[in-house]
Parts: sequence; structure tokens; C-alpha cells
Amino acid sequence: MSAFIIRRLCLTVVLLFIISIISFFIVTLTPGSPYPWGELNPKISAEVKANFRKKFHLDRPLPEQYAFIMRDLFHGDLRSVKDDRPVLSRIIERLPATLALNFTAMLISLSFGTLLGVYAARHAGHWQDILGSFVAFLFIALPGFWISYLIVIGLVKAFGVPILGTQSYGIDFPNALAAGLDRIWHLLIPAIVLSIGGIASQSRYLRASMIETLREDYIRTARSKGLSEEVTLYKHALRNSIRPLITGIGMLLPGLLSGSVIIENIFAYPGLGRLGYEAVLERDYPTLVALNFVVAALVLLGNLLSDLLYAIVDKRVRLE
Amino acid sequence: MTALSITPTAADTTLHETPGGRIWRRFLANPIACVSLVIIVCFAVIAIGTALLGAGGWHWPYDPNLTNLEQKLLPPSPLHWLGTDNLGRDVFSRMLNGASISLFVGLIAVAVSLGIGVVVGAIAGYFGGLTDTILMRSVDALICFPTFFLILTAVAILGPSLLNIVVIIGLVSWTGTARLVRGEFLTIRETEYVKGARVLGQKDWKIIFRHILPNASAPIFVTAVLGIPDAILTEAGLSFLGFGVQPPQATWGNIIADSKTYLLEAWWLILFPGMAIFIASLAFYLAGDALREAAQSRE
Repeated sequence: MSAFIIRRLCLTVVLLFIISIISFFIVTLTPGSPYPWGELNPKISAEVKANFRKKFHLDRPLPEQYAFIMRDLFHGDLRSVKDDRPVLSRIIERLPATLALNFTAMLISLSFGTLLGVYAARHAGHWQDILGSFVAFLFIALPGFWISYLIVIGLVKAFGVPILGTQSYGIDFPNALAAGLDRIWHLLIPAIVLSIGGIASQSRYLRASMIETLREDYIRTARSKGLSEEVTLYKHALRNSIRPLITGIGMLLPGLLSGSVIIENIFAYPGLGRLGYEAVLERDYPTLVALNFVVAALVLLGNLLSDLLYAIVDKRVRLE
Repeated sequence: MTALSITPTAADTTLHETPGGRIWRRFLANPIACVSLVIIVCFAVIAIGTALLGAGGWHWPYDPNLTNLEQKLLPPSPLHWLGTDNLGRDVFSRMLNGASISLFVGLIAVAVSLGIGVVVGAIAGYFGGLTDTILMRSVDALICFPTFFLILTAVAILGPSLLNIVVIIGLVSWTGTARLVRGEFLTIRETEYVKGARVLGQKDWKIIFRHILPNASAPIFVTAVLGIPDAILTEAGLSFLGFGVQPPQATWGNIIADSKTYLLEAWWLILFPGMAIFIASLAFYLAGDALREAAQSRE
């Protein structure tokens, strides 16, 4: 086990290095102007441009630029073009909101994806299965921004309730409970929209592995013991089909963060996605480098955790 | 049951069938696949037809960029089938144009990603060893990135033009194909006929392209079909954020983006373009899935 963890950590460090290089080059090597004001803005003097280049080490050769950026990032010296605050702290202050949103969305994806997947696998080959697959693809093909707008219009027109932001403003809540429920409500709607695609992909993964498991001898044994179908499915079969579900969590993370760029934007939710969108609008080059790097690094750690989790859940896995 | 079957009629028809023909026959036996195919064909005809008419200076039913402020934000009517937008432009005409953009984006982005994915996967799977390790670790690293945000970053820096968007979507989405192709190559590399070809002294590239790739073509084709709606949805998302194909060129995504301010009064500006994205993507996904099933199942 410890040998596996050490090997896995070494691999993680290597991948982290590749990730840092990619996120650096995607911003520096693309043939565009790094300046937030554009290359040809006549109001910007050559001196200002030179200062900008010097500040972000753009006057150095590429390998040095890369080294400087990474050093600055971790020392907190890499500052945003917009408000001159350290990029890392801008990211960290937005992180909790995004994590809350994505965690809720993942919980919804996993629970409903599991139900849908088990349902489809149970009736494999019958109309329920075909319906299940159809629903899954329906969910994948739904444009997130479109369905968000329809939900916003529907809820606002039908109930007149506020749904944007993280809480309702201008309302005095009688107690902490009401205020808390208000926050949950503001979290829940974007999380549901964000989870739609995840529900679909989780159900597809689970269906495939569940169908395999249901052919096993021990399932026949469970059935012949007279166990109810529910116990057989959820206790015996699901536990042994969980593998793609856990790998799926790793695959879900980058997808969720990508999705939250649009969803956070629509619901005015102050998370990383919105920070990223603002950085793109302002051509905030340091923030873009850092954001791509930090998010990819988080995903990498998530994958590491899901691999370890997988070994704990499924004792048959020999970590080699 | 089937192994002992000696009824000649069924066996005869399947015996002389090419592998492609067999997949095609099974595909057409699936009603969902047929409906999806019809939708895809309609979509393609509309997209290509509009593009050809537009290139010839013809517009039907209206010029998509013709503004008429006296007729702005009209609901659907016999005159404007899907209503008009805030500048009085006919939404139906704009959506027809959006179809050509979406089809173009889907096809070209997939072509780019397929090109890279197949080459990387083939090299990694065929040569193995250190080459394989380096290429696949890079793929692992690339998969960690939030794809959409990476695309958004690149488009923002390069500037949003149709060609840039298509190439960037392609450049970022080849990882799945590479993994798949590598897996296929690892299996097929060990078959007798590839070993035979190697013994005969054939060149590596010839073995890759003549012997291995054709035998991996079915799953590659399936990923290609499934990649089209991914690209369409990504472009719609970019257009929605304002980093897609730039106005006045109409796309399904930017019609919705333009309607942000009129959310509560002009429902037709949101409903119809969204439906178009949704139905076109769904048809490609269902067709791709049916194709995968037809290619996978062994009789």
C-alpha cells in the first residue's frame, strides 16, 4: 500500500510539472498580445508596455519566464493585472463557494446517476433500459445555459422568488434557520443545473459495469438464497460495480469546474468560474495562468484521492 | 443455438457482408437510430443549403442580418415564423444560418481532434515503451484541465474567429481519441496478421496505416460521431459567453446570448435556438450510441 502511495505521489509530481508547463504555454505561446489593453492601443506608451513586460518577466527567455511565474505564484508575488492583489489569494477566497457548488452538484449526480444506472441495468435490454439510455443522452445534450435560463424564467415568473447570487438581499430573515435555508436554496438551483450532465454520465458508467456484475455467480447465489431484488441489487451488485463510479468522480471534477464558468455566470454565483470569466474579459494574464494551473492541480489531487478511495472500498484491488 | 444453425437463408445474407455493411444493417434495425439519422440529414441539408444560398447572395425567408426596428421583438407569426429579435431581424433566418455554423464547427473540430488523437494514439500504442509513457502521461496531464475554461482562455488570447474556435476546440479535445486508439493498437499489435506483416519486413508506417488502423476504424468512427455534438455544445457555450463566432454572424448560441436582456418578454428568442442546439446534439449522441452498439455486438 505505502509503495503504491509513494509511486502514485511521484507520478503526481511529474504530472503536476507537465500541467504547470501546459498552463504556462497556453497563455504565453499563443500568438496574441499579453497586454490587457491590446497590442495597438495608441494611448499606451512604449514605456508602460516595457514596464509591464518587466513586471511579469516577459522580457526574459521563455524557460526563465516559466521559472519566475511559478516562483511568484507560490510566493504570492504573482499579482493580478486588475487589482494588483496576489493571484493565489484571489483564487483561494473564491474556492469555498465553488467547492460548495461542485460538491453539491456531485452529490446530486452520484445519487441520481446511481438510481438511473441501476434501474437501466436491472431492466437491461428492455424498454426501461432504452428509456434510461434515452434520458441519459437527453441530459448530456441539454445546453446548460439554456436550461438555466428556462429555469430562471420559470421560477421568477411562477413564484417571483430571487435565485441569483448566494443569498437574497433586502430581506430581514427572522432567524438563522431562515437565512440558512435561503442560502441552501441559492446553492441548490445552480447545483441541480450543474449536475445534469453528471447524472447522465454516471448512469452510463454504472449501467455498463452493473450489467457485468449481474452475470456473476454470487448474484445468482444471492437470488437463490431468496434475497429481495433490492438487497441483491443495492447491497451485493452495487458494491462490486462501484469502480467506474469512483473513477467517474475523478472525471467529473474537471467537467464540473468547466460547467461552472457558464452556470456561475448566469446565477451570479461568486466562485472560481466567475473569477475565470472576469479574468478572460480583462485579459488578466497572470490570473489565467494561475487559475488553469490551480484547477488542474486540484483535479490531479482529486484523482489521487479517488484512486486511494477505490482501494479502500474494494478490497480486491491490489495496489501495485 | 446459432452455432448449430444450418438454415441457409439467414447465414447466406450475412456471409457475404462486409463488416461495414453488417454495422450499417444493425444500425438501421434500431428505430431510435433511424429517427436520429433523419434529423441529422435534415440538419445537414439545411446547413449546407443555407450556406450555398448565402454564398450566392440569396436569402430565405429573409436576410438574417436585415434589421428593422419597427418590427423588433415580435412574437412568432405567419410572417416571422419564429418571431424577431431586438433589432427586428428574423429569428428563423438567423437560426438557419446558425445551423451552417454549428455543422461546420462540429465537423472541422472533430477532424482536427481526430487527426491529432489518431496519430498520438497510434504512435503510443504501436511503439510502446518510453514513447508510450511520455505521450500518455501528457494525455493524463491534459485531461486534468477544465476543458471549457482552457478553450475560453485560448480563444480570449487568440481572438474569437470561426477558424480559431474550431481549431482550439479540436486541439483540446483529442485526449479521449488518443486513449481509445492506443488501446485498440495495443490489442491489434499482437494479432497474427500484424506479426506476419512485420516478419515480411513491412515498414512501420505501412503496418500502422494499412493493417492496424482499418481494423480500429469502427470505434474511431463512433468517437468521431460522438465528438460532433460535444463541439457544437462547446461552441454554443462560447457564443453564449460572447467568445464564440462574433456578431452580426448568427449562431445558435449568440441568439440566446443577445436575448439576455429580454429574458422575461421574448421567450421565443431563447426557446427555439436552444431547442435547435438540443435536438441536433441529441440526434448525434443517439446515432453515435446506436452505431457503437451496432459495431460492438457480435452475433
